[in-house]
Amino acid sequence: MHKNDSTANGNLEFHKENLKRRTRFAAVFVFLIAAFCLITVLNINTGNVNIPVSRILKIIFTGTGEPAEYNIIWKIRMPRILMAAILGGALSLSGFLLQTFFENPIAGPFILGISSGAKMIVALAMIYFIDQYQVVSSYTLIVAAFVGSLICTGFILLFSRKIRGMATLLVAGTMIGYICSAVTDFLVTFAEDSDIVNLHGWSQGSFSGMSWSNVSISAIVVGGTLVLTFLLSKPIGAYQLGEAYAQSMGVNIKVFRVALILLSSILSACVTAFAGPISFVGIAVPFLVKRCLNTSKPLVVIPGTFLGGAVFCMMCDLIARMAFAPMELNISTVTSIFGAPVVIFMMLRRKRST
Amino acid sequence: MADYYFQMKSLSVGYNGRPLIHDINIGIHKGEIVTLIGPNGSGKSTILKSITRQLSLIGGTVFLDRQNIGKLTYKELSRKMSVVLTERMKPELMTCHEMVATGRYPYTGRLGILSREDEKKVEDAMIAVHAADLGCRSYNAISDGQRQRILLARAICQEPEIIILDEPTSFLDVRHKLELLSILRSMAKEKQITVIMSLHEIDLAQKISDKIICVKGETIANFGRPEEIFNEDVIRDLYEIDNGFFDPLFGSIELPSPKGEPEVFVISACGSGIPIFRRLQKENVPFAAGILYTNDVDYQLARLLAAEVVTERPFEQISDDAYDRALALMKKCKYVIDAGVPIGVCNRRMEALLKEGEKSGKLEKSQQKSSFPLTLSGELFYNSRK
Repeated sequence: MHKNDSTANGNLEFHKENLKRRTRFAAVFVFLIAAFCLITVLNINTGNVNIPVSRILKIIFTGTGEPAEYNIIWKIRMPRILMAAILGGALSLSGFLLQTFFENPIAGPFILGISSGAKMIVALAMIYFIDQYQVVSSYTLIVAAFVGSLICTGFILLFSRKIRGMATLLVAGTMIGYICSAVTDFLVTFAEDSDIVNLHGWSQGSFSGMSWSNVSISAIVVGGTLVLTFLLSKPIGAYQLGEAYAQSMGVNIKVFRVALILLSSILSACVTAFAGPISFVGIAVPFLVKRCLNTSKPLVVIPGTFLGGAVFCMMCDLIARMAFAPMELNISTVTSIFGAPVVIFMMLRRKRST
Repeated sequence: MADYYFQMKSLSVGYNGRPLIHDINIGIHKGEIVTLIGPNGSGKSTILKSITRQLSLIGGTVFLDRQNIGKLTYKELSRKMSVVLTERMKPELMTCHEMVATGRYPYTGRLGILSREDEKKVEDAMIAVHAADLGCRSYNAISDGQRQRILLARAICQEPEIIILDEPTSFLDVRHKLELLSILRSMAKEKQITVIMSLHEIDLAQKISDKIICVKGETIANFGRPEEIFNEDVIRDLYEIDNGFFDPLFGSIELPSPKGEPEVFVISACGSGIPIFRRLQKENVPFAAGILYTNDVDYQLARLLAAEVVTERPFEQISDDAYDRALALMKKCKYVIDAGVPIGVCNRRMEALLKEGEKSGKLEKSQQKSSFPLTLSGELFYNSRK
């Protein structure tokens, strides 16, 4: 009798808790969407050239207005905002996938040197293609970045076989990052003048100078990857329990691991190809989103992380543009200021809990 | 292939292509509980990892319900076999309910959303392991015992035909050990779920298992029913015990007996001697016991712990020979303890023995059976040490 009572109580409590969780999920998503809208408006509304809101609305919805202002809104601000949103989401999601893969909450494309590897191959590709054909297409850059990501991930995987510790893996990744950056710097130094202009701004990470064609390409690539990742949320959830359990639940581990690496590499490659390496977003955003949602269930964390990353990068880009206007900061400068303390906080917490 | 449900056929297992254990040939029927025992590092986990496909086989085949498990897809296998592993997970921000619900994985759709029926099964599994009230607790915040039950619930709601558990009772206290094993037993007997596990507690292994696999060296040392396996020699060889005993009758493990000439002679019967034997052993005082009928419970322990035991065949009157030997031993000893002996028709001569003891002035009477002769023996040990 007593047992039954406690069971019933447990059930009731559980259902209450369940309701609370759902409310929480909804609240977090509503907040993120609201923040997304707010920052979009702010972003369109601020810049070196001051355009009143009424005229902005007119330009966006009717497509008419002064040609100069029209161009600023449509050719400069809009693509840049969208790009920050898409690439920010991609970056955070790629971080989440790498964290799942390495069972390590501090893994991310930047800290593991994957972004830098992508950057190196992109720099090589740029120099080669511009030298040969004077142009380089976005697809070429994405493919180059993808190859670079894969090469670096390969190295990290080799290391991770030998070393189990989380800290050591991160140090190894950071070192790979330094090597790749050094090679990139070397290339930039010896490239011809015209290339350097191109390379320099990009290699520091920036959302400036985005075109609509960039937006559509990255929307297709990132969008497709996002959908695929979302469809993989079930095995990702299983994998969070470790390889052995995931396999016992019916996940084909070998195939799944390859899929995870490919997806995260495509995402970080796309970011690096267009905006260069951007630091800390991949670690900080998934962490914050998981805390806010109070779960690590991929089904909610994947869209949450994407949205959170978009909001975070748009906000950072706004700050990068406006903090010392008309001077513009590197996007990584801003993301580091916000992201690095989060990572330090995570490390401290981890130390305490183990 | 007979009608075995689970069969390992000339299996060899190991790491990196090097076999650790070979020629494993074992057949298991449906609903049986089979336990692997053996010393640390003998390869119990290696065998379990191999039959769950975490390690690739080096040779041979494993059949599950007449199908080669190597040929099944992981998904097919996951609907038949679930596991509880030793790996200690630290999943982030996961409630116990979510943990148990992962067991439904093979049955849910593309996105893994639980149906009402799935929810019901998760709940039932949690009730089965008496963990219904843990549902909304964080998995990382509960005790080891609770975790083990949650993992078992997870394995149960995967609705397997066979469950493989790697040392499910380590980290658990006695109560939780018993609880876990009784859940396993009722699953095996009521739902015909086959259980294969490894255990360190050979006493529990003896009591719960239908079959025992002894793992040692490069092959399976023994395979059979617990009655066949659990005798002193098999267990001593298996674990290479040279400083203690395994008592197959009660499945208990005893520390080595005190060495040397007996200093104390214990007269007891029907269990009255057991606390005294143990006490003397702890104080490392060699002792003799007698006269014990070989069907007396005291005899089973005295046999292992006493330096010398004077015995008599059950239900016989005490022979002259036994009586004389007991008397001689008593004379040699510095102390005689009377732990309490009920006197009946057959053992009348015990009265005479006790009288002799009293005459010698060495006899110390223990309190009644129920109470432990603490004060008395305390003094006694003190004296005997001098």
